[in-house]
Amino acid sequence: MSADLAIVGAGPAGMAAAVEAAKHGLSVVVLDDQPEPGGQIYRAIERAGPRLRTILGGEYAAGEALVRDFRAAGIDYRPDSAVWRLDAGARIAYSRNGTASTLTADRVLIATGAMERPVPIPGADRPGVMGAGAAQVLLKASGLVPAGRVVLAGAGPLLLLVGCQLLDAGADVAAVLETTAGGDYLDAAPALPRALAGWRDLAKGVAMKRRLKRAGVVFRSGVGGLAATGDSVRFDGGEIACDLLLLHEGVVPQTHLSRQAGLAHRWQTEQRHWAPVVDAAGRTAEETLIVAGDAAGIAGARAAALSGRIAARTAAGKEPAELAAALARERAMRPLLDRLFPPRTALPDDEAPVCRCESITAGDIRRAVRDGAMGPNQLKAFSRAGMGPCQGRMCGLAAAEIVADERGLPVEEVGSFRIRPPVKPLTLGELASMEGEAAEAEAL
Amino acid sequence: MFRRLPEREASITIEVDGAPVPAAPGDSVAAAMLAAGIAAFRHAPVDGGPRGPWCAMGVCFECLVEIDGEPNRQACMTTVREGLRVARRPAGARPKP
Amino acid sequence: MGAMLEGTADIIVVGGGLVGAAAAYGLAGKGLDVLMLDEGDDAFRAARGNFGLVWVQTKGFGLQRYQEWSQESADRYAGFAAELADLTGIDIHHERPGGAILCLGDAEWEAQRQLNETMAEQGDGYHARMVERRELERMAPGVRFGQEVVGASFSEKDGHCGPLYLLRALHAGFKAKGGRYRPGARVRHIERGFRVETDAGAFEAPKLLLAAGNGIPLLAPMVGLQVPTAPERGQVLVTERAEPFLPMPMGNIRQTAEGTVMIGATQESVGFDTGTTLEAARGLAQRAIRALPGLQQLRLVRSWAALRVIPPDRCPIYDESETHPGAFVATMHSGVTLAAIHAARLPDWIAEGRTADGFEAFSARRFDVPAAA
Repeated sequence: MSADLAIVGAGPAGMAAAVEAAKHGLSVVVLDDQPEPGGQIYRAIERAGPRLRTILGGEYAAGEALVRDFRAAGIDYRPDSAVWRLDAGARIAYSRNGTASTLTADRVLIATGAMERPVPIPGADRPGVMGAGAAQVLLKASGLVPAGRVVLAGAGPLLLLVGCQLLDAGADVAAVLETTAGGDYLDAAPALPRALAGWRDLAKGVAMKRRLKRAGVVFRSGVGGLAATGDSVRFDGGEIACDLLLLHEGVVPQTHLSRQAGLAHRWQTEQRHWAPVVDAAGRTAEETLIVAGDAAGIAGARAAALSGRIAARTAAGKEPAELAAALARERAMRPLLDRLFPPRTALPDDEAPVCRCESITAGDIRRAVRDGAMGPNQLKAFSRAGMGPCQGRMCGLAAAEIVADERGLPVEEVGSFRIRPPVKPLTLGELASMEGEAAEAEAL
Repeated sequence: MFRRLPEREASITIEVDGAPVPAAPGDSVAAAMLAAGIAAFRHAPVDGGPRGPWCAMGVCFECLVEIDGEPNRQACMTTVREGLRVARRPAGARPKP
Repeated sequence: MGAMLEGTADIIVVGGGLVGAAAAYGLAGKGLDVLMLDEGDDAFRAARGNFGLVWVQTKGFGLQRYQEWSQESADRYAGFAAELADLTGIDIHHERPGGAILCLGDAEWEAQRQLNETMAEQGDGYHARMVERRELERMAPGVRFGQEVVGASFSEKDGHCGPLYLLRALHAGFKAKGGRYRPGARVRHIERGFRVETDAGAFEAPKLLLAAGNGIPLLAPMVGLQVPTAPERGQVLVTERAEPFLPMPMGNIRQTAEGTVMIGATQESVGFDTGTTLEAARGLAQRAIRALPGLQQLRLVRSWAALRVIPPDRCPIYDESETHPGAFVATMHSGVTLAAIHAARLPDWIAEGRTADGFEAFSARRFDVPAAA
């Protein structure tokens, strides 16, 4: 099976790219690991009832038109498909309903979106501690609302947004603990000139914070020393009982597939994550591989859809000039938002679980560095960090930062885990029963 | 730990450790379990401590359970259907080839 | 003008992999001031991709001294592992339950039988014997073998260990014995004396051991040695943790102390390419399932490739330079199996010039083209 364009991911970037490519006559296949189109941002939008739409607001509902266009575009859409290998070529290996297959295309667009940055605080691996984004996903996909007392802690715009949405859904939100002083900027926001790009986001931030405070939610900024105990959250100078602790420190691109495919990545110092090196149309050093949306750098859903369309139109050999202008406008807001919500810079305490799969703490990582681990790859050999089923998704960023800090070097100099296939586990049976050539294996 | 908005009707039933658990069409297994008040999904293979979902989107591999006899499946990436059987595995249990 | 002098030592060991670390550990144990130089995070480290067999059968085809050398190392391993555990607290998970090379079909059985026969004729003390399927099943109760498995070549001399734990323990033991480790010090140039110029400055020592694996062919001529090894890629698969089910390593399939199952390994001449291929992964999985069908339900969590260091006859090379006395080289594919004997015997050779009987058989001079008649 071969297509003009294969797209990995059915979020805003992937869906918009698919619609645009189909419009220009390309044959398109879309592989996505979720059962429904929308990505995490528009998760389960097709099934959302009126109450949920009210809670989640207009930005969520805006995804419906895109999903409708996507469904109507006659695209070969394959949900529940976990892509586990990508070779420049461009060949994708993926598993769907327990069967693994390959698919080749003239080009592959990586639109794998973002994930929440893991927040390694002591106790973060206990049941009842989750990402704030995870709670939002459960709300979108299943209408789930936390039943007991909730505390949100961390940094980033989503922290406030989820806090407000949970309030609207009737949850008992006890506190919002910001680990940065970022929230204080919001108080000054109304004084800023309205002409400033990003003013709308700023005003939204102010409104969210007011909403939370008015509802009696305890609000603290610059909180340090966070730790989850199981039935409370502790921090320097306080402790608040809660049944559910939601942590958040912003979102980062999902780079496992682009890194496994061998693309070059650059460390984004301001936002503290890796992003693939791409041009304005998402093109990479590999002619056959393109990256769009948050997978190429965090810019939000509107920018993701635009970048998807630009990538698809460029792949179709057409000029995307007016889209590029719109994208530039969208991205212009980003620097302010980034400044407003800088990621926390403090590194995890020694007791904090960093690699959950192998139960490796920040302290274990520091010890491995003192024993001579120069970078993440030697760290893996010295400590087993990054060797479990999540393939280092949960520990990769923190591990690299800890190694860099211990060695007194910038993160880009110590590097990142080498990502090897499969980027999602599959059974040996699935792998063995794939059609196609197999190399002869020796007895010893 | 979680409750469900009334507009999502739990019209189907799955089984978790032999007990019936209501689920709504389109739920992930993880969502249905959380809505039933189940917080601990598995024991960590190294330290044995209880673990539950962190990401709800297929990234963290903390929600691994046995589904219809197949161990170590991601509960957050499996959609419910009537009669689906989930087993939480005892500490230290691993698949036996 | 060369780099700044950063330090001196009694001996510099170039290479922080299993060969270098085992020798350095032993040398430090002799009270010498040893400096071990290593590359950075992105080096082609065979020691990071090892399979972990401590293996004797079929080793040394064509070079009997290598078969004996492997046996001696395997015999020393239990004591070696205990010594490392005492010194460093690191358990290298060494076990010696014997090892089997599974034969899938009569042709493999016959080829293996002939190889064992030839090895037995080559010298005394070769232990592997052919066991038929029924006996194999008795030796590995509860293991379900595939229909094609007709039997195996078995040797009680074989075993395995955790190669990453071994590397860590050697490094920790080396440090505990006063050794100095300098990572990020890729060697650029070596001058007589010896002056070793690296990315991290220059170091001087009267003696030098080259143990830098696939880096050696470029370094050896700087001290008047020719070391004709080539990289050979091996791709390996590893699964999620499983219940302990495999009582012994079965050639290319072994279960680790953590419970993961390792499946190896391809033999590919592709230069310095550590990429993995879908075709190889599929081939490895297919053969493993033909041997042990229960593996099909286990999840593959990782695959990798590493570069073996392969001399022309696949046997080790140990040499001292004639033109640059005091410069030694040790290189081979079997860094895990030979770690115990390296730690015990290479220091005698390098520090005191004492060698075991027949040690000269390992000289690279065995590859010299005989003068034309």
